[in-house]
Amino acid sequence: MDPIKIEGTPKTPTVNFNGESGVLEIKGRSIPENAVEFYKPLVDWIGSYGDSAKDTTQVNVQLEYFNTSSSKCILDVFKKLEFINGKTSITINWHYEEDDEDMLEAGEDYQAIINIPFKMIEMEEM
Amino acid sequence: MTVQYPLYLQQIVNSLTSEVIKIFINDMGNGGEILHDFEGEITEVVLTQTLKNIEELLEKTEEDFKKSRKVYNILVEALQNLYHHTDAQAAEVLDNGDQKKTAKFILALKNEEYNILAANYIVKDNIPTLKSKLDRVNSLEKDGLRELYKEVLNNGQYSVHGGGGLGMIDIARKSGNKLEYDFSDVNEDYGLFTLKIKV
Repeated sequence: MDPIKIEGTPKTPTVNFNGESGVLEIKGRSIPENAVEFYKPLVDWIGSYGDSAKDTTQVNVQLEYFNTSSSKCILDVFKKLEFINGKTSITINWHYEEDDEDMLEAGEDYQAIINIPFKMIEMEEM
Repeated sequence: MTVQYPLYLQQIVNSLTSEVIKIFINDMGNGGEILHDFEGEITEVVLTQTLKNIEELLEKTEEDFKKSRKVYNILVEALQNLYHHTDAQAAEVLDNGDQKKTAKFILALKNEEYNILAANYIVKDNIPTLKSKLDRVNSLEKDGLRELYKEVLNNGQYSVHGGGGLGMIDIARKSGNKLEYDFSDVNEDYGLFTLKIKV
């Protein structure tokens, strides 16, 4: 299936979803006024990926900022992943910058809701 | 009592105002510094430009990266709240027919604390719902806010712009302070909602 490649902007993240390698990456910032539009194609892509997924899937989330309009959309992405988990073995790598407790807590909040293994990865600089 | 404002402040206390806003501006002018002020129509372009300006400003003035990130995050929510929730017709009622969604926004620094003020018109009928939401947020401490956030995050309800009622909870959580708010009277149909946040 075709990969998703989206360049980041000051308001939306860089996205690289690669079905061949099984690596899904969301990176940068996510503060659009309306996040639903941006995330819908990503959720749909994951749905199709489920039918031909690799044995293992690594999901790398490395966000500097996200707004509350993005929060529920990111949850939707994770819920779709949860749905296909089993067809492929998924790990979500949640990156946060050293000392950024808000971003660590945000990751933990998703972890509490979503039944997929999360790895919290502290980075010196993003 | 008439308060005499310095000239640069007079411009921003002109039209969209209330006692609470006047006191805030006066208070910040007294030993603090107003870093950014805006009054006018909130559009996507204005929002984007304002966020860009403030990000650059924080990069220059704030050495603590954690704090700078927190302030920026809260500002994004506060400004997007104005964008989504300002009741548009109010401006027309107030003889500002050309300005559809008029709102006010101030960022100030005093005693190493950032003070944010955001004000927008609101249809009076919508005040009780918003007030009870704010009171609920203010009744909770850190852990309670976190639980409420998770509950609302996962409730499956979406507003048209996707936020689904997380904005105020997120602002309270990140700021670590209670939300100060005020509803003042504008006319029969509209009030002015002012939110003050300390970070």
